[in-house]
Amino acid sequence: MRIFDLSTKIFCLLLVLAVTFLSLGVMADPGSAFHVQPYTALIIGKYLCYAILALSIDLVWGYLGILSLGHGAFFALGGYAFGMYLMRQIGAKSVYAASDLPDFMIFIGWDKLPWYWLGSHSFLFSCLLAVLVPGLLGLAFGWTAFRSRVSGVYFSIISQAMTYALMLAFYLNNLGFGGNNGFTDFKTILGFDLRSNGMVGTLLAISGLTLLLSYLLCRYLAVSRLGLVLVAIRDNEPRVRFAGYRVETVKLFVFTLSAMMAGLAGALYVPQVGIINPSLFAPVFSVEMVVCVALGGRGTLYGAVFGAIMVNFCKSALTSAYPMAWPFVLGALFVAVAVFLPQGLVGLIFPQGERASKSALSRAFGPLARLFGRPGPGGPSGPAGEEDADETDSDGPGPEPPAEAGGQWGPKAVGSKVF
Amino acid sequence: MANATARLWIRLSLWPRLNLWPCLGLAALLGLVCLAGLVGLAGQLGADESQAEAGQVEVSAAEGGSGAEGVSPAEGVPPAGTGGGGGALAPEVTESLASSKVNDRDAAIEALSADPSDGTTEILRALLEGRLMTERATKGLFIRDGDGGLLDLTTGERLAGDGKNNLRKVGINNRQREGLVSAINNRTLLNPDPSVRRRAAAGLVASKNVDLGLISGLLERETDPVVAKGYRKILAMGTLQNPEAPADEVVAALGFLGENLTPEAREYMRNRAGSDEATIAAAASAAMASQDSQLEHIAFFETVFFGLSLGSVLVLIGIGLAITFGVMGVINMAHGEMVMLGAYSVWALQSLMPGQAGLALILAVPVAFVATGLVGAILELTIIRHLYSRPLETLLATYGVSLILQQAVKIFISSNNRSVETPAFMSGLLYLSDHLTVTYSRLYIIGFCLVVFLTINLVMRRTRLGLQVRAVTQNRPMAQAMGVNSRRVDTFTFVLGSGVAGMAGVALSQLTNVGPNLGQSYIVDSFMVVVFGGVGNLWGTFLGGLIIGMANKFIEPINGAIMAKILIMVGIILFIQRHPSGLFPQKGRAAAL
Repeated sequence: MRIFDLSTKIFCLLLVLAVTFLSLGVMADPGSAFHVQPYTALIIGKYLCYAILALSIDLVWGYLGILSLGHGAFFALGGYAFGMYLMRQIGAKSVYAASDLPDFMIFIGWDKLPWYWLGSHSFLFSCLLAVLVPGLLGLAFGWTAFRSRVSGVYFSIISQAMTYALMLAFYLNNLGFGGNNGFTDFKTILGFDLRSNGMVGTLLAISGLTLLLSYLLCRYLAVSRLGLVLVAIRDNEPRVRFAGYRVETVKLFVFTLSAMMAGLAGALYVPQVGIINPSLFAPVFSVEMVVCVALGGRGTLYGAVFGAIMVNFCKSALTSAYPMAWPFVLGALFVAVAVFLPQGLVGLIFPQGERASKSALSRAFGPLARLFGRPGPGGPSGPAGEEDADETDSDGPGPEPPAEAGGQWGPKAVGSKVF
Repeated sequence: MANATARLWIRLSLWPRLNLWPCLGLAALLGLVCLAGLVGLAGQLGADESQAEAGQVEVSAAEGGSGAEGVSPAEGVPPAGTGGGGGALAPEVTESLASSKVNDRDAAIEALSADPSDGTTEILRALLEGRLMTERATKGLFIRDGDGGLLDLTTGERLAGDGKNNLRKVGINNRQREGLVSAINNRTLLNPDPSVRRRAAAGLVASKNVDLGLISGLLERETDPVVAKGYRKILAMGTLQNPEAPADEVVAALGFLGENLTPEAREYMRNRAGSDEATIAAAASAAMASQDSQLEHIAFFETVFFGLSLGSVLVLIGIGLAITFGVMGVINMAHGEMVMLGAYSVWALQSLMPGQAGLALILAVPVAFVATGLVGAILELTIIRHLYSRPLETLLATYGVSLILQQAVKIFISSNNRSVETPAFMSGLLYLSDHLTVTYSRLYIIGFCLVVFLTINLVMRRTRLGLQVRAVTQNRPMAQAMGVNSRRVDTFTFVLGSGVAGMAGVALSQLTNVGPNLGQSYIVDSFMVVVFGGVGNLWGTFLGGLIIGMANKFIEPINGAIMAKILIMVGIILFIQRHPSGLFPQKGRAAAL
């Protein structure tokens, strides 16, 4: 397995170095030269969460060719699931310390927790929920969508509608998730102060570790045989289907995995940013993340991480300096990436032509073709494959030799023979 | 000549292929809507004239407070005191009106109500509308009229508005307000114009304290059936209120009120339903049931109407999307912003020509079409042209354009909502019956939607551009092979789609706030309409829009507006799972593309 190619090695090294340096720096003595402001660490941690989300988008878009405009919903659901735990942790320290209930429930006059808050006091259960809820939504949504072969722009539109519908729902006060204000004013996590330097550093380290593991997982998927099938589906779905792969199952598996990853990112995001509200469900957030991936370069993984960090860094810098200008810059980025940089910035630096995807397609078909006795052109077939090839050429199910009139075996011949 | 005849024959023989019957059906529907609008308009105009003649009709604060007409002395209502220096207004009445004690003012109002002269009507109206002022030192009374002038009631002089400083409004409490309303109504009931009497009678039905003797006297002299019915309702309600009324009268009254919808009588009916006498109780519950079913019918009709109007808005926005999406396969996320620009063009025209809101609105239709069409042309030529066959990239690029357009409007115009005037012919209510009203603006928007839809359909069916557009939709390479310049067709299609979006914006400006986020709030819905109806199918979009609009309005009363929207979205997502290509899937090769 070529998981650790050069780019992965460089990426892992840089990530580990940077995160170790930063998280140790936060925990360091404020007087020392290596001290990092907690604020900086929180911002970097936020970027890392965005990077995980971008990775999950890249996995489905770059490798599977499914453009989801609703990944923000999985992110936000993960965030809400973990936010429930953080709200329960506030407990008696809340403004209205009357009961165990979060403040917003007291405002709307509830006297006990609704059933779906059950178990939210447990850290482990909440972590599990943060992964499982987005995963379940992704599974249900993907199952209904892929089963009926909704794809392309249709999928994008209905995924956008999904996140839009969820946004409307979460704005409702009586849903039990804080309505417009969402969750905020968190105090502790597992009893430790959320704003202490040690906690900030730990959260940053966990985010970095999660990013590293997600990256390696995606990388593993990409270079595995499954990864080749993914790319093949992206490039020519009917052909993969005709070849006997269960395209829907593959799509569903990767989409659900991606949703779970997004949920995990959301769960890490909430304690570091300190607030979660329905604006994360807004379609524009999801689209912004998609543009991060597109800008960085889709189908490369490190491009997505790079894009997410860069775009969000620019966003923070620009919105504080010129708040009016950011939408212009973002809009121009959308257009520029779409028109001029289909490969993203990474593609600008390391141009990867058609060759890469073509060979991927043929590699995916390699083992398959051997099953039928026909080797893929660039496939990893050894000398045995060549022997097989000779065999099939004579009695394979190919068209009748074009010995008859050359013009005859057009679509008509195919139509009568194959179907 | 023969050539021309042949051409005509060919043209006629082509008709049946042109979805003739749906077109004719729509045209008939359109005609009906227009007719209803015209009838209502004529009725309203007549009412307005009579209102101007009568000088005072309606006891609505909005009209009385805003208009300098209505109550100005110029309109032939002689102000009290012009003749005899307070001859109509006794000094003790003046004094007690200016008094700070409620009982004193009660007495004064009673005295004024008893005096049937026109001048006292004027004072009562001023009192009701909060325009009756008193000066603390002299206890003098003044009426402030619309343009800020003051009318001194003791001397009958007109003063400039700033002549007196320490004026205080003569306050009234709710009980007095009701008394005033019915006192004024009592006077308007004698008006020679039946439409004035109708409104007055309707007002009396709603108010609580009515002089029944007066009403039955009026009923004998009344010639207008509607007014007479109103009086009968009042009398029947009076019977219900009277505990000593004989049983057969009560039953008759209940029967009458049950047949003629009177929501105001509900409480009395409920009281009578608990009556000891079986006949009365039965009649009361029958009357309540009959009222309920009538109310249900009205509610149903209103829901249908609101659904139609929401649906036509969705159709208006969706048509443009259906054209660009269906023909070019281009997802134009900036479509909502085109709608917004169309709405802003109404605002721009209205600010350019102040005082002519109606003309500006009508002019805005072509202006918006051209303006947004131009934006669409620029967008197509600079960006979308380079992205054909890459739909996902087009989606992103147009999303970027939409962000830029929104922010541009926020910076160059304002991030606040702009106010768009509703011209006179769009405002107001159309009375279909006493309790069933529809707003003109919604009626016009339904009509506008039909017009736009029919026009687009005709353009698609009857023009050269439409023919080429359909050809490219069905099979691009083949159309190219037949000599269709598909690039140019694309540009025109996009311009057409954007222009229609602009016209939709003109219509929307009359329904919602015109602000930078106008398009955003509709774009997801209108995409759902297009996908639901079937891409590239105008009829699908039309039906899809109406169905979604209706469904939305029918679910709304059950679950609330937001839940209705969510349910509709979930419903559509599930529907697309079953029918991935919508209500009317494309057939043939186009479907495979």
